[in-house]
Amino acid sequence: MPLKRMDKTPMSERAAGRRAHDFLEVNEGYDMARAMFEAERCLRCQDPVCVDGCPVRIPIPEFIHAIAAGDMREAATILRGANPLPAICGRVCPQETQCEELCHMNNRFSSAAIGHLERFVADWERGQPANDATRQPWRDEKIAVIGSGPAGLVCAGQLADMGYPVTVYEALHAPGGVLRYGIPEFRLPNAVLDWEIDVLRQRGVEIANNIIVGKTIALDALLDDMGFAAVFVGTGAGLPKFLGIPGENLNGVFSANEFLTRINLMRAYDFPVSDTPMKVGKRVAVIGAGNTAMDTVRSALRLGAEKGLIVYRRSETEMTARIEEHHHAIEEGVEFHWLTNPIEVLGNVDGWVTGLKCQVMELGEADDSGRARPLPVAGSEFVIPVDNVVLSIGTTPNPLLLQSTAGLETDRWGCLVADEESGRTTRARIYAGGDVVTGAATVILAAGAGKNAAEAIDRDLSAARGDDQGRELQSGRH
Amino acid sequence: MARIISKRVLTPVTKLFVIEAPLIAAAARPGQFVIVRVREGGERIPLTIADYRPDRGEIIIVVQEVGVTTRLLGALDEGDDILDVAGPLGSAPDISPAGHVVGVGGGFGAAALLCLMRDLSQRGARTTAIIGARQKDLLILTDELKAASGHLDLCTDDGSTGFKGFVTERLQQLIDGDAVAPGLGPPDRVVAIGPMAMMRAVADTTRRAGIETLASMDPLMIDGTGMCGGCRITIGNEIKFACVDGPFFDAHQVDFDEAERRNKMYVDMESQAAVRQAHACGAASQVREGAI
Repeated sequence: MPLKRMDKTPMSERAAGRRAHDFLEVNEGYDMARAMFEAERCLRCQDPVCVDGCPVRIPIPEFIHAIAAGDMREAATILRGANPLPAICGRVCPQETQCEELCHMNNRFSSAAIGHLERFVADWERGQPANDATRQPWRDEKIAVIGSGPAGLVCAGQLADMGYPVTVYEALHAPGGVLRYGIPEFRLPNAVLDWEIDVLRQRGVEIANNIIVGKTIALDALLDDMGFAAVFVGTGAGLPKFLGIPGENLNGVFSANEFLTRINLMRAYDFPVSDTPMKVGKRVAVIGAGNTAMDTVRSALRLGAEKGLIVYRRSETEMTARIEEHHHAIEEGVEFHWLTNPIEVLGNVDGWVTGLKCQVMELGEADDSGRARPLPVAGSEFVIPVDNVVLSIGTTPNPLLLQSTAGLETDRWGCLVADEESGRTTRARIYAGGDVVTGAATVILAAGAGKNAAEAIDRDLSAARGDDQGRELQSGRH
Repeated sequence: MARIISKRVLTPVTKLFVIEAPLIAAAARPGQFVIVRVREGGERIPLTIADYRPDRGEIIIVVQEVGVTTRLLGALDEGDDILDVAGPLGSAPDISPAGHVVGVGGGFGAAALLCLMRDLSQRGARTTAIIGARQKDLLILTDELKAASGHLDLCTDDGSTGFKGFVTERLQQLIDGDAVAPGLGPPDRVVAIGPMAMMRAVADTTRRAGIETLASMDPLMIDGTGMCGGCRITIGNEIKFACVDGPFFDAHQVDFDEAERRNKMYVDMESQAAVRQAHACGAASQVREGAI
């Protein structure tokens, strides 16, 4: 066995030239030898600061230690006890700004590859024989969860573990929320998502698709007529922002939500075997530089675009995408136009996009977000010839449910007001968490909020029940 | 899954389905729509709820076979299940029942007028439905619309029944005098549901006369809940999402040029899919014949 390496054990990935033309997963995962080797790099600190960086407080050294000891079942049990979606978080978490950022190894070397190891454990678990028995809930109070994205799924899973009958209502025809319609196959295969959701179903979670709470059923009807004791709102931030610049309604301009939904949920990459088309030209400009923008531009390449461009009004330093996504995008040939602000979409006489008029920006003083404010350089306008423009400049909570439910307070950004620790909203028996509360953020923050809310719901129901049984069961679980 | 309780063939390409959907039937309001998907890998398409019966847990949709999905749907029969039906989506139009409200329906748009006209009549409005088609046997739901409206006026391009000419010409006559719908008076409000060209023509007609008019917009849509923004249309100087802000908008403010252009975004790909479907159907019928 070689000595410990100074750097993270790399995960093998498919060659950029090949993978940039299909939707198969980029990362190939560790094998057992690499995982055990990497697990040995963990210092097993007395004070595991990495856990402080994790929104669901996974006992990181413990599960890594189990891998090093070759006890995969123990590693899986530790991991799943803290995070009901490990196969997903191991793939999509921005570890470099969370657990791995705090790792003491960073002082001299590179951090332990916590994310890679999480993924390895979850994938090992996925390869084990399935347990077909569905667990039955043992409590009386029914809980409704609105939205089957990460916040809702985690909340539902935690409540099911506490014995509550849980029904998750999903507006679309398939569960997963942004994990389904937003994150592409090459980063999070649907098979992985389906598996995680099946695990939740086995733990007793029921999922009802095609139900738009606020339209099909009123939220108050869940509480008043359908006998639910509490409701968790995890409806996410699904409303796309547009820039409001001229030409935004030209043919060939999309929101990233539409672009990715056509591809991921509706499988447009398989047209005409699937029925939903997607039109991608030779040159696709994506506006924005977050993870969604990277997913979008890389999807465009996979659908046959010859050039994928990222157009961003700030600089590389302010980019919000994960390092790995940025890195993969560079490898796949994406062009980056930093400090470039789109001011108009240009079109031909038939109304199709032909170009994006931009201006050069320079960085000024810090703005409200703490990042340097981009300012236009006078007389710097120029045109980038493109066939498609995709807007990936953020999303806000969908007002559909909030507007149709009385007494739920929202803030000036349209986010539902809820207590950070408990998810309690301004109405009794209604809890919330995830992007609908915070605005668009990460999968793991939503998962953390779902977990916190599940614990608060249990505490409040136990108090109402007048017993401590729920608390004891919960604390004795691990 | 939603069960088809019964099916009626209204024209060779227009089918009516009564569907078991108790939650949707209980929540539906006139003018709302559902999103339907008919097979794995299938599209999500919006379809207007033509009528709903909360007491029986049923909704009625009318489908015109124009593309892959509507043809697959049209081929389903009583007892079959529709894979996904979600709704009710969109908002009921805010139409005052004071005075004389005229609904103008073109082609299968007539179906979408049905519960709208009945609701307005029940709320005390004087109502006229003007519906048009190329010829007599393409007019649909005439008995039901007659029962739902104070007056029903039929128009055909070839004059095979009713007025010979376009619905807009008839609407103009109604605006000009009392001969079309005696005793009901000139229109105070107009609702147009049908092909884009018809709704645009209705908007032009009523703009000249200064009559408040709503058009029911049916842009391309995926989720139907405000998530994709594919259905955005320009109303005056504002961009709206037809799925959540509509589908009814002030017809005089709608940018019809843009709406028409955006609806044609995928025509070439749609015809590619239709050709593929025709081949597949041909192959399937050969298999069936072989089996017999």
